[in-house]
Amino acid sequence: MPVTETARGPVWQLRTPRARLLMWLGWFAVVALTVWCWQVMTKDTIWAFVADAPSQAADIGARAFPPRWSYAEKLWLPLWDTINIATLGTMLGVAIATPVAFMAARNTTPSAMFARPAALFIIVASRSINSLIWALLLVSILGPGLLAGIIAIALRSIGFVGKLLYEAIEETDATQIEAIEATGASGAQLLTYGYWPQIAPAFWGISVFRWDINIRESAVLGLVGAGGLGLQLQASLNVLAWPQVTMILIVILGTVVFSEWVSARVRHAII
Amino acid sequence: MLTVDALTKTYKTGDKALRAVGFTVPKGQVVGLIGPSGAGKSTLIRCINRLVEPTEGRVLLNDLDVTALPAAGLRRARRRIGMIFQEYALVERLTVMENVLSGRLGYVGFWRSFLRRFPETDIENAFRLLDRVGLMSHADKRADALSGGQRQRVGIARALAQDPELLLIDEPTASLDPKTSRQIMRLIVEICAERGLPAIINIHDVLLAQQFTQRIIGLRAGEVVFDGDPAALDENVLTRIYGEEDWTAMRRAAEEDDAAERDAAERMAGMV
Amino acid sequence: MSVTTYPRTWRRPPTMIRDARLRYALYAGILVYLVLAVGSVEVNWARVWEGLDRGWRFVLGFLQPDFTSRWRDISQGLVESLTMTMTATVAGVIISVPIGIGAARNLAPRPVYYLCRGIIALSRSLQEIIIAILLVAMFGFGPFAGFLTLTFATIGFLSKLLAEDIEDIDEAQAEAIRATGASWWQLVNYAVQPQVMPRLIGLVLYRFDINFRESAVIGIVGAGGIGATLNTAIDRYEYDSAGAVLLIIIAIVMAAEYSSSHIRKWVQ
Repeated sequence: MPVTETARGPVWQLRTPRARLLMWLGWFAVVALTVWCWQVMTKDTIWAFVADAPSQAADIGARAFPPRWSYAEKLWLPLWDTINIATLGTMLGVAIATPVAFMAARNTTPSAMFARPAALFIIVASRSINSLIWALLLVSILGPGLLAGIIAIALRSIGFVGKLLYEAIEETDATQIEAIEATGASGAQLLTYGYWPQIAPAFWGISVFRWDINIRESAVLGLVGAGGLGLQLQASLNVLAWPQVTMILIVILGTVVFSEWVSARVRHAII
Repeated sequence: MLTVDALTKTYKTGDKALRAVGFTVPKGQVVGLIGPSGAGKSTLIRCINRLVEPTEGRVLLNDLDVTALPAAGLRRARRRIGMIFQEYALVERLTVMENVLSGRLGYVGFWRSFLRRFPETDIENAFRLLDRVGLMSHADKRADALSGGQRQRVGIARALAQDPELLLIDEPTASLDPKTSRQIMRLIVEICAERGLPAIINIHDVLLAQQFTQRIIGLRAGEVVFDGDPAALDENVLTRIYGEEDWTAMRRAAEEDDAAERDAAERMAGMV
Repeated sequence: MSVTTYPRTWRRPPTMIRDARLRYALYAGILVYLVLAVGSVEVNWARVWEGLDRGWRFVLGFLQPDFTSRWRDISQGLVESLTMTMTATVAGVIISVPIGIGAARNLAPRPVYYLCRGIIALSRSLQEIIIAILLVAMFGFGPFAGFLTLTFATIGFLSKLLAEDIEDIDEAQAEAIRATGASWWQLVNYAVQPQVMPRLIGLVLYRFDINFRESAVIGIVGAGGIGATLNTAIDRYEYDSAGAVLLIIIAIVMAAEYSSSHIRKWVQ
């Protein structure tokens, strides 16, 4: 609490003059940067389109309602595909992420010099790149279809699951591990008796949480050709069939709400 | 029989935790290891089963040089050395039975242990040990559902399940109340006598050590400064180990503790 | 002394589902689902076989990225992405603070609470990419639609977490301020703000990071940014340029995470 002596006696201020100056400079820099970014970003914006947006929105809205309920029949199969992409992709991702997490955790890594940085890079690379981009790439490599979607979901899940899991491994109680080691257990036994019981709740919680996120993501992977509901969405958008688009969005929304409910229930049961 | 010969441990930071420690423990002897915090007690017992790698010196378990063993041989040696921990170190989320059976990990293969299909003799023996430590009815409970004293009993059963030739015991009573501490110490000493097991008990409660062990080794700054009969542990020796302190006051307090416990026991008996 | 006999077998009691029949039914159900799910994946192995070659070229492109030949596209996409991220994060924060306060049960009156929770639910229910599609249809192609998308998504994310933080504040402190006869504004300023501020700054930095990553995606549907560059590169099978873009994204995300952990330490 800086108190400065002045001619009129001591004056109390919240911050020192220096700290205040720095704070104002900081805020000023943020504002200036934002304004500058805004100008650069909107350099090529055609404001006539922006001004026209409300009438466009009204137009789309008018066409999108009511949704075409009969279209729902054609959505069951894509919905099944979407759920499969999410589930199989999550399983594949978790299967790869688990060894990566053990390589990345300080207390279980086989080598802090090589394996750990490599595992950490895999985790960062996977986390930085959205599943849609992975899908874009995989569709280009493997051709369109569910397989590209499953692998895209798996690749994105590795980073998420790997990061949370390796943090859980680093938080395990070292004395429990030591006790198992002292019985003469082998490395594999140490994993199953020492580490696994301690990380199991985190493992299941993380997996289900990621599955929930993956349901959302797999619903739109079809936009780039990786199968599921998104494929239908893309087709409807291409022909500007807005009532079908609305119907698809309703199905996606329903699925997301359902998967969130399932994941909350399962996580509740584990913890 | 255990022989520790000129054992030295220097940590990477340069701290010398042990300086040429040497002693021999014959069959059936219970040794109390005392000394101030940081004297190297914990490091010493961890060097014996190489949870901490000693820098120099040798550890001989019945003529087997533990310090010279490669990884696989070390695992075989470790299963002959039971260890009991301060914070019990049970795997909290496994059942009591699984914790006791984990003492057999060094003897069974990976798949057997993974599928929990231990040999019948192991299971029979595990039940016998649980009965011995008085927890027969708790076999299927999860370890984190037990009280501190019960957990330490499971810890003892796990160490005995290894069928050990030596027990290493690290502060078995530090997390327990005085009464439970005595019960646990009594149990350990009885079991060692039944099986003719040598044991090293790292303990900071001098009175418990005097009461229950047959020999005391005092460590100070990584060196053995006392090795002898518990009765020979007088104020001079304690000062040599711990430094200046009013030891008579401590003894008085402990006698009061003892009296209170006896009193409580009599009252309990009276009620029944 | 009596000789006691002990059991020679022991099975671990089941942890989750105690009824054995239910458990086996569940296992069987999972198995049937997996068989059906795997069976429904139609794979054109000939196409995959051809693809392996392209996949290998992508791995090579990732290891030897080509930054130069498409640098104009890459740099323009990058500038769009970064400016979009910055403005959308700032605009998102400005809008989400009042909504977050309005969605906190302990501060807002009932009608305001339900209104703000409604806005949050709306913003969170649809993926960024779908919002981007709709906004591109309304506002035309380019980063402005992207800016709106990210702002909209930021509002749902920040308001929800901010509201939860405010609901978790220490009631005793708020009580103490209320007892001094403070007005609602003073309450927010003295009791809520100091408790919530450090975490809010952390959340804003985290959202900045997410917005940048998302900006790489929404370009695919025409909302500007580096995603458009990436889409073009992949469409043309220019995997070395695509590798360069991906590496830039990874580097910026790493830099953002690293600096945000520092800023968070500095703020607290």
